[in-house]
Amino acid sequence: MKDAAFIALENVRKVYGAGGSTPYTALSDVTLAVDEGELVSIVGPSGCGKSTLLMILAGLTTHEGGTVRIGTEAAPFDPSRDIGMVFQQALLLNWRTILDNVLLPAELLHLPMKPARDRARALLDLVGLGGQEEKYPRQLSGGQRQRVAIARALIHDPRLIMMDEPFGALDALTREKMNLELLRIWEASGKTILFVTHGISEAVLLGSRIAVMTAGPARMAAAIDVDLPYPRTLDMKTHERFGDYTRQVYDLLGMT
Amino acid sequence: MPQTPPPGLGRTLSRYGGPVLAHLAVLALWQAVASLPSMPAYILPSPVETLATLGDPGNAWVSNTLVTATEIVGGFAIAVVVGVGIALLFSWSRTMLDWGMPLLVTLNMIPKVALGPIIIVWMSYGIGTNTVIAFAICFFPIVITTARGLAEIEPEMLYLARSLRATKWQIFRKIQFPGSLPYIFSGMKVAAVLAVAGAIVGEFIGSERGLGYLMLQVQINLDTATMFMCVLLISMIGMLLYGAVDLLERLTFGKEDGG
Ligand SMILES: Nc1ncnc2c1ncn2[C@@H]1O[C@H](COP(=O)(O)OP(=O)(O)OP(=O)(O)O)[C@@H](O)[C@H]1O
Ligand SMILES: [Mg+2]
Repeated sequence: MKDAAFIALENVRKVYGAGGSTPYTALSDVTLAVDEGELVSIVGPSGCGKSTLLMILAGLTTHEGGTVRIGTEAAPFDPSRDIGMVFQQALLLNWRTILDNVLLPAELLHLPMKPARDRARALLDLVGLGGQEEKYPRQLSGGQRQRVAIARALIHDPRLIMMDEPFGALDALTREKMNLELLRIWEASGKTILFVTHGISEAVLLGSRIAVMTAGPARMAAAIDVDLPYPRTLDMKTHERFGDYTRQVYDLLGMT
Repeated sequence: MPQTPPPGLGRTLSRYGGPVLAHLAVLALWQAVASLPSMPAYILPSPVETLATLGDPGNAWVSNTLVTATEIVGGFAIAVVVGVGIALLFSWSRTMLDWGMPLLVTLNMIPKVALGPIIIVWMSYGIGTNTVIAFAICFFPIVITTARGLAEIEPEMLYLARSLRATKWQIFRKIQFPGSLPYIFSGMKVAAVLAVAGAIVGEFIGSERGLGYLMLQVQINLDTATMFMCVLLISMIGMLLYGAVDLLERLTFGKEDGG
């Protein structure tokens, strides 16, 4: 057995409709180890099973083969408390204020509300929405809504944040801005982040590592260490090494 | 936001002035046409003649209006409770939905008005019967809109809640039900209008009290003015019911727009 990685996936296999008449293999062989505090980008062609992988990690769907382990014996993982999720859509409840949206996980988990409320304000500050707590979602831009979603994912202080194309619906400029924000939040919070994206340069800019998945059915092709220093900046995108990493990813995806 | 209306009196005028004027104009036109020398009162009584019928104690306005209002509001209220209840069952149980929904759709194909005479055979006529007819005609839209509202939740929102191990009840109370309220209100508005029609049809088919009954009584004497007054009162009951639903909706969502 290997040393205690925070997340250890070995030969994970997922078949939708197993036992039915038309089983569909979404993941055939996925192996990945993630250390606590890493920010791992996950890229791969559409339909290769990236979202499925996150579902398995969140315990929302079963897997048919291999092993999935999160947490260590020394620091066991509590799946109800230790997962924060962000999706492409902000999924805010439009009848709740921003503050109350951020508080939703705290309510579902029956956390003490007074400290949670203070924490929610601090988190809204962190994501750059300080002073806007009483606004409603429809009064926000797409980027601001996604900031709220990120604050909501952090409210119960989970150890693992899983983001499924969180900036996929944003315009290019807002997206780059959010990339920098996320890096800042990650460095400030020390969370482990799994970041699914279709943007190769986004994956390189953010990830301490990039897990590349291939389709048909999905395998984990490789995990590339991205040896660019933090804090990262947008002008790193023009560096030669940034280009090298980008090319490596394209190669692994068979797109060159 | 569209252009901001001027403050104070000007604002009130520009907001309500148009609608009020439009109503007054129709009223004036009605009075004018009814006053034409060639227009007999049994075809088109004037607004004044119509209002004058209120002075005839033989029409028992108060009790007849109360009877009809009871049927309408009663049928509507039962429809809201039963309709929302059935939609909740559908959203809680897949089996209920799969078996119940097609059945309901089939039942909805029956013209409820045609059931009137049968319901009268079962229950004899009276307030209860007409309440049931009002209920039957207006409960389906409530089931449909509520069920749709409850099903509206995004799959990702469910994942998010389930990743926090939220219970079915928590998801319902904090996400699903509040999210379905706008649907429930729109269903209630449709139902409010239908309930009025249901109760009146019931009174037409068979009854011994109510505004619909009164209309049939005075029709024999070609007392069109009283019939007009009945229609006005029936419309007012419907408007009050609709307005109450609308007010409830505003109170529910009010603070959201206030920001
Ligand atoms: N509930 C399900 N039942 C059956 N098949 C499914 C289900 N969910 C996903 N799939 C299939 O599994 C495959 C992987 O889906 P998944 O959503 O994980 O892909 P993805 O990598 O996230 O794609 P994208 O980048 O487009 O979001 C797809 O072919 C999809 O059709
Ligand atoms: Mg996906």
